[in-house]
Amino acid sequence: MTNRYNRHIILSEIGQAGQDKLSNAKVLVIGAGGLGCPVLQYLAAAGIGTLGIIDFDVVDISNLQRQVLFGTSSLGKNKAEAAKKRLEDLNPEISFIAYAEKLTYQNALELFNNYEIIVDGSDNFETRYLVNDACIITNKPLVFGAIYKFEGQVSVFNYQNGPSYRCLFPNPPQKDAVPNCSEIGVLGVLPGIIGSMQANEALKIILGIGHVLSGNLFCYNALTSQTSTLKISKSEEQIENVLKEKHHFNKRQLNLDCEIQTDEISIKDALFKDNIQFIDVREAHEQPKVESLEIINIPLKQLENNLEKIDLSKEKMIFCQSGIRSKQAVSLLKDLEISNCYSIKEGALEILSFINKRHCDRVTTEAIRSK
Amino acid sequence: MMITIKYFGLIAEVTSQTEETIDFSGRFISELLDTLYFKYPDLKNKDFQVAQNQELVSKSTEIIGQELALLPPFSGG
Repeated sequence: MTNRYNRHIILSEIGQAGQDKLSNAKVLVIGAGGLGCPVLQYLAAAGIGTLGIIDFDVVDISNLQRQVLFGTSSLGKNKAEAAKKRLEDLNPEISFIAYAEKLTYQNALELFNNYEIIVDGSDNFETRYLVNDACIITNKPLVFGAIYKFEGQVSVFNYQNGPSYRCLFPNPPQKDAVPNCSEIGVLGVLPGIIGSMQANEALKIILGIGHVLSGNLFCYNALTSQTSTLKISKSEEQIENVLKEKHHFNKRQLNLDCEIQTDEISIKDALFKDNIQFIDVREAHEQPKVESLEIINIPLKQLENNLEKIDLSKEKMIFCQSGIRSKQAVSLLKDLEISNCYSIKEGALEILSFINKRHCDRVTTEAIRSK
Repeated sequence: MMITIKYFGLIAEVTSQTEETIDFSGRFISELLDTLYFKYPDLKNKDFQVAQNQELVSKSTEIIGQELALLPPFSGG
């Protein structure tokens, strides 16, 4: 028998029976960032049998100030993979599954069904509400942690019929109302404290000891060392609303604020791509015509009735006079489950002048080369 | 009645303090919020929940406690 868990086993509250519970547990950690790193580190050290790690992001040097699983050798590597590599050295006796992908409405339910507890260490409201709703639908307890500059919040949602995140904050705040860490900064040790508390909540749930922080929001201020624990009431209505929409869950789209990949694209980037189809959603009479590109014209109002003209094997670059109708077209096509559609930011006039300028530049470059 | 209000996160930045005590004679939390909106106009655009005596309550609740807290959501991780 291994001595690895001796300090757990000699605690009467845990013992071999408790350690066996940890060995049989399956926990999924969303995000291997500031919160995810300490969560993963302590859960792996504690001997959680299966640890899932999902993160699409790569390690950047600015992460090393707080994301303690990574070193300079991890720079540029996927966070889930890099965390797994470090954790396998910490504890080779347990299983790690790294998902180097984004958590979406399409993959969340299936993923959550493979685990018993979900720990949220994500860094944006969109993902937090997605995680909350998916936990309600799959009936999994959610260990919540979130930080802002020098302050942190911890709670456990959806645990034994307790309240959910929506019972506390029913809807995401308006876009840009709350800036994220990359915009405003965060004290490096703060996610260490909050993430460690999340790991503690996960262990209490698995071991069935102590009081789980369900129905309470723990607030911590690292500058004043003040703590508050605020009671949260359950809102049946909020939870029912999520359950009512569960059949539409996987049709919803994640709309991340700070995402690099958006539905919008500049004409410059659009022209860099291969295998594309340009769609002009203006009315036939609108000027100027963009004729130097191979384009199909389907006015926005007729788009839905002309879907057969859209080449599903290509990336669709949609434009209009100013960039507004093209956005509506992308959202319409998305609702119709037609993927790979982009709205070109520029309007027809700018697109045309960009193409003409590019053409002139090419001619000039070739003229210089031939000299 | 003297009421102590605690401010968290972004809200503490709007009010430039983490706590203050004010003399208030109104009845409902919403009335107190109107006073605060007047004092801190930027507060109006912020999302937050209110806790009274360490319990989150709706903004239409009657003030019964001497301690309130204005709590915004955090998303960072």
